[in-house]
Amino acid sequence: MDFSWMAWTTPTAIFFCVIALLLLSMALWERVSPGGSPRRGILGLETTRGDRLFLSLLGAAFIHLAWLGLVGPNLWQALGVSAIYAFFVFRFV
Amino acid sequence: MKPWNNKAWLLVLPTLVLVAFSAVIPLMTVVNYSVQDTFGGNRFFWAGTEWYEQILNSDRFWAALWRSLLFSGIILAIEIPLGVFIALHMPRKGVWLSVCLVLMALPLLIPWNVVGTIWQVFGRVDIGLLGRAMAELGVNYNYVNNVGDAWVTLVVMDVWHWTSLVALLAYAGLVSIPDAYYQAAEIDGASRWAVFRHIQLPKMKRVLLIAVLLRFMDSFMIYTEPFVVTGGGPGNATTFLSIDLVKMALGQFDLGPAAAMSIIYFLIILLLSWVFYAVMTRHDQE
Repeated sequence: MDFSWMAWTTPTAIFFCVIALLLLSMALWERVSPGGSPRRGILGLETTRGDRLFLSLLGAAFIHLAWLGLVGPNLWQALGVSAIYAFFVFRFV
Repeated sequence: MKPWNNKAWLLVLPTLVLVAFSAVIPLMTVVNYSVQDTFGGNRFFWAGTEWYEQILNSDRFWAALWRSLLFSGIILAIEIPLGVFIALHMPRKGVWLSVCLVLMALPLLIPWNVVGTIWQVFGRVDIGLLGRAMAELGVNYNYVNNVGDAWVTLVVMDVWHWTSLVALLAYAGLVSIPDAYYQAAEIDGASRWAVFRHIQLPKMKRVLLIAVLLRFMDSFMIYTEPFVVTGGGPGNATTFLSIDLVKMALGQFDLGPAAAMSIIYFLIILLLSWVFYAVMTRHDQE
């Protein structure tokens, strides 16, 4: 099967592999500890682990965009900020 | 040990395949395009984050984004209260209910490009009923070269096309309220406003959430109707994000920047939809 029309590159393939691995880890986590551990965090909303991952990924996307628009093309620092942000989301949201 | 029933996987498989082919694979392709440049012939050149930087620093993108946000804001501010108002005044039974439902459903059945064509002709100053009537009344109306008239035409067209969806959803919410609530309110001597505020509005919340999300996403992504009526003009006054995106992708064949713009556009829709969802469900959870 030829997937050249999808214009794959190594960095984008790695990006999607990481997303797939994150989803797989969440599935395994759910298998080990079912129920999604719902709780009410600082937003006042009941969130599950899946919600917190969604917020982390969406926030990370905007952090990277803001970094590109305001700072520059070196995104490693944006990745670091995103990781800290994800930690706070999983801890407090 | 608890037996596992794996039939559920088979039942969700068709949906997964459909979503993969209609959403996931195209989205992955757009992400791949957004970091490369191409001149056709299935040949690509690595561009990194250049297109994202270009889009984020482009006045054209921000102007189109603000126009789209303004359009969606106006649409929600008009269609949601108007739809609820219509639903509150619709008959609850009898032949007039059927007449109302059919009339409400009619605009929803018309294809988008036909709606655009109807309003494009309707508003024309030379042959359109609206345009001619405005001219006869002495109103200087011309959506082709006046920015305000173009916006009013697009907003009125969208309100005409989609308010009935909100009304039908709100009506569905209203008819699901048991009579006991109204009887209790009557015994307590509740005013018409109190009944609306404390019984009808909370009970309509779920369907209104769906209405707000649908209308926001649809109006934010609107393409066909403004393209047919104004073509994005006069100037760029009605060039929304979707129109700008198509111009960039198909008109200029700038597939890389267009893909980067698509991803940013998608993320904005995702974020705003989540914000609407969070705000509207927060009260339920308290």
